[in-house]
Amino acid sequence: QVEQVKLLDRFSMSNKSVTGTLYLTATHLLFIDSSQRETWILHHHIAVVEKLPLTTSGCPLVIQCKNFRVVHFVIPRERDCHDIYNSLLQLSRTAKYEELYAFSYNPKQKETERVKGWELIDLSEEYTRMGVPNANWQLSDANRDYKICETYPRELYVPGTASKPIIVGSSKFRSKGRFPVLSYYHKNKEAAICRCSQPLSGFSARCLEDEHMLQAISKANPLNRYMYVMDTRPKLNAIANRAAGKGYENEDNYSNIRFQFVGIENIHVMRSSLQKLLEVCGTKDLSVNDFLSGLESSGWLRHIKAVLDAAVFLVKAIAVESASVLVHCSDGWDRTSQVCSLGALLLDSYYRTIKGFMVLIEKDWISFGHKFSDRCCQLDGDPKEISPVFTQFLESVWNLTEQFPQAFEYNEAFLLQIHEHVHSCQFGNFLGNCQKEREELKVKEKTYSLWPFLLNEQKKYRNPLYNPDFSPELTLLEPNTASFNFKFWRNMYHQFDRSMHPRQSVLNLIMNMNEQNKQLEEDIKELEAKIKQRNGQLDAVPVKECPRSAPPALKTPPCFKKQQPLIPVNDAVRTIEGSNTADNRYSEFVEEFSKAEPAVVSLEYGVARMTC
Amino acid sequence: MEFAELIKTPRADNVVLHQPLSQALEGTLCLTGHHLIFSSRRRDNAEELWLLHSNIDSIEKRFVGSLGTIIIKCKDLRIIQLDIPGMEECLNIANSIEALSTLDSVTLMYPFFYRPMFEIVEDGWRSFLPEQEFGPLSLMTTEWRLSYVNKEFSVCPSYPPVVVVPESVNDEELRKVAMFRQGGRFPVLSYYHTKNKMVIMRSSQPLTGTNGKRCREDEKLINATLRHGTRGYIIDTRSLNIAQQARAKGGGFEQEVHYPLWRRIHKCIERFNILQESLIKLVEACNDQSHNMDRWLSKLEASNWLTHVKETLTTACLVAQCIDREATSVLVHGTEGTDSTLQVTSLAQIILDPRCRTVRGFESLVTREWLQAGHPFQQRCAQSAYSNSKQKWEAPVFLLFLDCVWQILRQFPCSFEFNEQFLIMLFEHAYASQFGTFLGNNENERSKLKLPQKTMSLWSWVNSSEELKKFLNPLFEANSLVIWPSVAPQSLLLWEGVFLRWNRPSKHLEEAQKETVRIINVNKELQVKVNALRRQLAELETNG
Repeated sequence: QVEQVKLLDRFSMSNKSVTGTLYLTATHLLFIDSSQRETWILHHHIAVVEKLPLTTSGCPLVIQCKNFRVVHFVIPRERDCHDIYNSLLQLSRTAKYEELYAFSYNPKQKETERVKGWELIDLSEEYTRMGVPNANWQLSDANRDYKICETYPRELYVPGTASKPIIVGSSKFRSKGRFPVLSYYHKNKEAAICRCSQPLSGFSARCLEDEHMLQAISKANPLNRYMYVMDTRPKLNAIANRAAGKGYENEDNYSNIRFQFVGIENIHVMRSSLQKLLEVCGTKDLSVNDFLSGLESSGWLRHIKAVLDAAVFLVKAIAVESASVLVHCSDGWDRTSQVCSLGALLLDSYYRTIKGFMVLIEKDWISFGHKFSDRCCQLDGDPKEISPVFTQFLESVWNLTEQFPQAFEYNEAFLLQIHEHVHSCQFGNFLGNCQKEREELKVKEKTYSLWPFLLNEQKKYRNPLYNPDFSPELTLLEPNTASFNFKFWRNMYHQFDRSMHPRQSVLNLIMNMNEQNKQLEEDIKELEAKIKQRNGQLDAVPVKECPRSAPPALKTPPCFKKQQPLIPVNDAVRTIEGSNTADNRYSEFVEEFSKAEPAVVSLEYGVARMTC
Repeated sequence: MEFAELIKTPRADNVVLHQPLSQALEGTLCLTGHHLIFSSRRRDNAEELWLLHSNIDSIEKRFVGSLGTIIIKCKDLRIIQLDIPGMEECLNIANSIEALSTLDSVTLMYPFFYRPMFEIVEDGWRSFLPEQEFGPLSLMTTEWRLSYVNKEFSVCPSYPPVVVVPESVNDEELRKVAMFRQGGRFPVLSYYHTKNKMVIMRSSQPLTGTNGKRCREDEKLINATLRHGTRGYIIDTRSLNIAQQARAKGGGFEQEVHYPLWRRIHKCIERFNILQESLIKLVEACNDQSHNMDRWLSKLEASNWLTHVKETLTTACLVAQCIDREATSVLVHGTEGTDSTLQVTSLAQIILDPRCRTVRGFESLVTREWLQAGHPFQQRCAQSAYSNSKQKWEAPVFLLFLDCVWQILRQFPCSFEFNEQFLIMLFEHAYASQFGTFLGNNENERSKLKLPQKTMSLWSWVNSSEELKKFLNPLFEANSLVIWPSVAPQSLLLWEGVFLRWNRPSKHLEEAQKETVRIINVNKELQVKVNALRRQLAELETNG
C-alpha cells in the first residue's frame, strides 16, 4: 500500500491527475482515488511495466495492459516506486501454469455447477449439427491418444475414404503433423472447410498419401470435384519456407486442386503492427493527419482487411461454386484459425448467436490448438511468440457487426469481454497452447469455464437489434470489403479512455429499452390477470365506470425507474454531467497558448482557471 | 429567354440509366426547363428519376459508335450515367443539360417556378424574423437593443436590416464602427448565454492597416459588452501570420494597446480554395472502391477534411469554453466574417444552447447565423466536388459546418431533436433546391429578388408535419446541459451519410435504424398501456 499516488490523465498536456492510494493484492493492483473511485488491474493483464526517469513530483510508473489500458502513476518516493515495480514484474510474469489466476479463482460455486459449466459446449454435438459424420465424412480415432498430432484434438473428422495409413502418411508430410481435417461442413452445398499446416514439400518432395488425402477431400464433395487450396501466407513467405524443407502444394502433383495465395502476414508482422498502432494511439495531442498516417503506416487495418478478404474468398468458393476449401498457413494455428472461423461465421448464422460464437471459438481456436498461452504471453516466455492473432479475429467480427447491425445476437461488449478473458487467465478455457496441454493441466477439474459466466450475464451482451430471421438472405453474409468500410476500433483500443467515447450510447439505451419492454409486457399480463380476477370477484356488483374523482396517485413500480445501464464500462448513458471541458483536448489549447506567450498571461485573465 | 430554345431534343427513348447501387434501367428521358426526368418503361413498377438541373455539378460525354454516354456528376455527390442511342440526340441533350445547369440569372432558377404541392401551414419566410427572435432576450436584459441602422443596407450590404447591438452605442457610432470594419460588418450580438450573461459577438476584421489605425467607437462598442472588471477574448480565425499580413492590405487585428481589456487568440481555420480542394480530394478518395487500405488512408489524410473538421470544432469549443467555463465574453472574426466566423459562432451555440439542438432552434440558427448574417450561399455553393471551375469564391463552408454538427450529434445521439437526415437535407438544399431559402448571398440580394414573395421557403416545407416526421430523432430527450464533444482524432469519423452515401449499400443500416425506432415506439406504447391498466386496477380496487 502506497499513499499519495497520482494517477495521470494519459492524454492530458498539463499532466492532470487524481491522487489516491495504491494497493497490491495477490491478484490485482488496486488504485482508489480521493473520490473513492476504484481502478482494478489484474496482474495477468499487465503487459509492460516501465519506470520513467525521476521527476520533481515523484517517480513515474507506466503500466501497459493487454486489454489496452494504459495507466500512468506518479509515486512520491522512489523507493516505493522501485518496490512496486519489482513486485509487479514478479506478479505479472508467471513461470508456471499452476500459479495462474484460474487455479485460485473461486466464484463460490458448487462443484456440480462447475462441472456442468464445462459441459456447456460440446463439440461433437456441434459436428452433429453440421451434419457429420455422414456418407462422405467420418469421425477418425487416429488421434485418440494424441499420437499423430499433439496439437490437434482427440476427435477429428476426415473424408470417409481417408484410411488410417493415408492419415498417418499425410500427417508425416505436414508441419507438426497437422494433416488436413474437417473444420466446417456446409450441409446444403455439401462442401467443406478443411484445415491443415504447410506440406513438407521443400523444392520437389511429394507424398502420395497426402495427395490421396486431398483427393479424398475433393471426392467427399459430390457437387464439385475441384477444390481450392488456400495458402493464407504471402507467396514470398511460402517460397522462402521451401528452403527449410516446407512450402506449399505443387498443382502438378495434386489433381483437381486450385491453389491460391491470400497474403496474410505472419505473427511477427502483426505484433509490430499492433505495437505501432498503440504508439500512435497513445500520442498526446495527436493531429488528425498524424493519426491517419500512423494508422496507415502501422498497417493494422490493412491486415484486418486481408484477413476478411481471405474469408470472403473462402466463402465464395463454397457458396458460389460449392467447392470444398483446404486452408493452411505455416503451422495452421494462426491465420488458418482466423480464416476458417470467419468463413464459417459468414456462412452459418448459428455462429452469429451467443452460444454459436462460443462454439466457434472452442472449435476453430481452442480445440485446433491456437497457441493462446504463447500468443497472449500467459507465462513468462518468448516475446517473439506473442501476437494479436485472436484480437484480429475479434476485430474482423466487430467490423462485420458494424456492416450488419441486425445479423448478430451479440454486441460489442461481448467481443470486448471475451478479449478481456483471453488475457485474464481467470478461466481455464484459454490456458495452455492445445487440448493435450489443457488435459495435463486438468483445467476441467481445477478451473472454471468462461462460457457459463458469459451466458449467465448474457443480457449485457445481447444485441437489441438482432433479428434471427428477418431476412433469409442474411444466412450468408456478403460483406463489402472496400477499404473505407474498415474503421479504427476505438472501443477496443481506447476502451478505458472515457473522454474519447460518445457521451450517450444508442446501443445501451436501446438495450435497456428492450429489456424494459420485456418487463412491461410481463407487467401487462400480470395486471390483466389481476383485473380479470377483480372483475370476477365483482361480477355481482356492476363495475362503475368513469369515477368522478381523480384516479389515486400511482405508485411508481420498480420497472418505471430508469434502469441502471447494463454495461458498467459505459455507465454514463444519459448523464452528461461527466462531460466537461477538462476531459477534452481543446481545453488545453488555451493553456498551451498561454505557455507559448507567458508575457501576455496575467492572473487576472484567469487562464489557469480555464483548464481546471 | 425561353427554355425551349435551349432544348433541342426534349425527349429520347431507349435510354439506359445507371445509378449508383442499383441496376441499369431502360426508359425514356425528358428534359424540361428545370428537370431531367427519366422514367423506366416498365408499366408495373415504373421508376422515375427527377433531377434538378441546378443539382448538376459537371457533365462528361463519350461516344462509342453511335451510342452516346453522358456522365452526370451531381452536387449531392451522386454520379449517374445515361446511355443515349443516336449521336445527335446525345449531343443535343448534353448541350442542353450543360446550358440549363449553368444558367446565369437567379430569376430563372427553379424556385421562381416551383408551385408547392403541400399545404402551407406556416410561411417559413416569416418564421424567424429578427424582432421575434429578439423578443425573449429583451425580457431578460436591457443591455441590448435592436438597431435599424442598416435598414437600407447602406451601412453594411451583407448585414440584415435589423441587428442586435449594445444599448449604450447609438446608430451614429455604429456607422463609424462600420467604416472601421471590413465590408461594414461591425460587431453585433451573436449569442447571449443566459446562465451567466456572457455573449458571443461577431464582426469582420478591423481596418487597422500598417500604421495601426484605431477607432474609439469600435473600442467603445466592444467594451460595452464587458461587465465591470471583466475581460474578454477575441478569437481571430486566422493565424497570427495571416492576420499580420492582412495589415498590408488595409485589414488587421485588434492591438493590445487599444484593446487592453481583450485577449486575442489566433486559431487558423481554412477557407476558400483550400476547403474546396479538400472536399474534391475527399470525394475522389471516397469514390474509388478499388483503393487498397494504404492508399485509402493516405488519400483520406491528404484530403485534410477531417483536419478541418477538428480545427473548426476545436475553435468552437474554445469559444464555448470561454463563455461557459471562463465566464468571459467573446468576439469572433476572421477576415470578412462571413465564413469561418459563422462556423465558429454557430457551432459554439450548438454546444452551449439546448435550443439550437431542436429542429426549430436549429432552423433559427441557420437563418440567423448563416442566411441573415450574410454567408454568401450563392457563391459558396455554386459548385460542389466535381466542379472544374476552380472559382475562388466556391467553398464547402456550410457543408463543413454540417459535418461538425454531425460529429457532435454522433457523440450526443440523444441530445438532438433532429436526425442525420435533417443535416443531409440541408446540405442538398444549400446546393440545389426548389425553395428560395438559400438563393442569393445576403438579405440585401434576397430582398431585391423579392424571394419571400416569389419563392417558397424551405422551412415552410420542412415544418409541415408530414415532412418533419422524417427528420425527427426518436432518441431525443431534451437536456439543458452544455455538451462538450471530444475532438481527438480517434473520436472524429468520416461522415458516411454524405461521403459514402452513393458508394456503399446502406440497406442493412437503414433496416437497423427502423428496428431501433420500432423498439422505441413499442416502449412508449407499452408504458402507456401499463399506466392505463394500473389506473384501471387502482379504480377497481378503490371501488371494490
